[in-house]
Amino acid sequence: MYETQYHRASSIQDAVKLRQAAGEGKYLSGGMTLIPTMKQRLAAPTDLVDVRQISEMKGITVSGRTVRIGAATTHFEVASSAELAAVCPAIAGLASHIGDPHVRHMGTIGGSIANNDPAADYPSAMLALDATIVTDRREIAAGDFFTGLFETALEDGELVTAVTFEAPAKAAYQKFANPASRYAMTGVFVARRDNGDVRVAVTGAGSNGVFRHKGMEAALSAQWSPDALAGVTVDPSDLLSDIHADASYRANLVKVMAKRAVAAA
Amino acid sequence: MAKITMTVNGRQVSGQCDDRTLLVHFIRENLGLTGTHVGCDTSQCGACVVHMDGKSVKSCSTLAAQAAGSDITTIEGLAANGELHPVQAAFKANHGLQCGFCTPGMVMTAVDMIRRHGGQLDEATVRAELEGNICRCTGYHNIVKSILAAAAEMGGARVAAE
Repeated sequence: MYETQYHRASSIQDAVKLRQAAGEGKYLSGGMTLIPTMKQRLAAPTDLVDVRQISEMKGITVSGRTVRIGAATTHFEVASSAELAAVCPAIAGLASHIGDPHVRHMGTIGGSIANNDPAADYPSAMLALDATIVTDRREIAAGDFFTGLFETALEDGELVTAVTFEAPAKAAYQKFANPASRYAMTGVFVARRDNGDVRVAVTGAGSNGVFRHKGMEAALSAQWSPDALAGVTVDPSDLLSDIHADASYRANLVKVMAKRAVAAA
Repeated sequence: MAKITMTVNGRQVSGQCDDRTLLVHFIRENLGLTGTHVGCDTSQCGACVVHMDGKSVKSCSTLAAQAAGSDITTIEGLAANGELHPVQAAFKANHGLQCGFCTPGMVMTAVDMIRRHGGQLDEATVRAELEGNICRCTGYHNIVKSILAAAAEMGGARVAAE
C-alpha cells in the first residue's frame, strides 16, 4: 500500500471539510473494498477520511412504511434489524449474503452503493425499491445514481449519508453467487408496489452495471407469477462475458433468478 | 507516523505506526502478538480474524488507525488463568486442526458465531458462517464438530452428526 494520511471525521460536515482539504482523497467507510484495492496498489488516495464512526450516518429508522438506512450502517446491522425485517425482509436477506460474517461486520451500505461494483448486491435493491440516495448536498433517485461500472452520479467530494425508500408490498432478491468469490454472477431484485407497479433490477450481469429489465417488469405488472416470465427474452448483447459465465449463460441466469425471486417474494 | 492507542486483550496499548499500517501488522509487529496470522493477505482466508468491539473482523483488511480507540481481542486473549477457552478446548478435543495455521482465525470466528447464535447453532449454520475462513488441511469436518461441541458446552446446542 502506498503512503496515505488517515483522518477520522466526527460529523458529516467535518467529513466534507476534511475531504475538501485533502488532495486526491477518498472517503473510507468499512473499507472492505477500498483497503484490499489499496493493498494491491490499484488505488492510492493521498488521504482517507473515515466516516464509519459518524453517528448521524448510522442506524435504521422505520416509520410506517418509510425506511431510512444511514450510510455507515453495516451489512450485519441491516441483516439483523427486526424492524427492517418486518417491513422489507428482502433487503435484510440480501445483506445477510454479502461476503462473509467478518466483512458484514465492517462493510456498509453507503460504501457499497458509492463504489457501485457491477457485481455488488445493494445497487439492485436500490434500483428495484426506487430508493433515494441522500448525500451531504442533495437527494438523488437510484435511477439517476448508478451510471456505469464503478461510476455514480456523485460529484467529487460528495458523500452518501443515507438511503431512503418506501417498503414495497412484496419483494425478494435471488443471486447466483460465483462459487469462489461469492459475488453475484447474476442477482435479481424484484419489488411490487401496492398499486401493482413492478420493478426488476439486475446486478452482476450487465456490461454497464446494474440495470432494470423493462420486459420482465411489464410481464410481471400484468401477472405477478414466475410463469409470467416464460415468454420474456433477455438480450445477451449488453451482458458481461468472462471466464465464469458468458453472456448467453448470464442471460439465462437473469431469467432463472427473476423467476426464483418472484416465487420467493 | 501516528501514535495509535487501543485496548488489546484488556490492556491499553499504544504504538507508533504509519497511517497505512494494517491492524494485523500493528498486532504482530508493534505488540508482538503473533498468534494472529496473515494467510492470503487478500481478504479471503480469515487467518487474521480478531474481534473489534466484540465483533469478528479481518485485521488484514482494516487499518490500525481505523481500530484506534477500539477494544480488540486476539487469540492470545481467550484463555484465562491458564485454562483454555471452551472453543480452544473443543478444537483440541475434536482434533479441529492439522497444521494449525488457520486455527487462530477459526477459533475467533467460532467464538463470534457462538456469541451470536448460542443454542440455535446447527451444522448448516456453522458451515455457512465459515464462508470467510479457509482451511487447507482438515476438510472442515472436525472444525465444524469442534464448534458445535463448544456451542453445546457453552450454550446447549445440538451436537454434530458423525
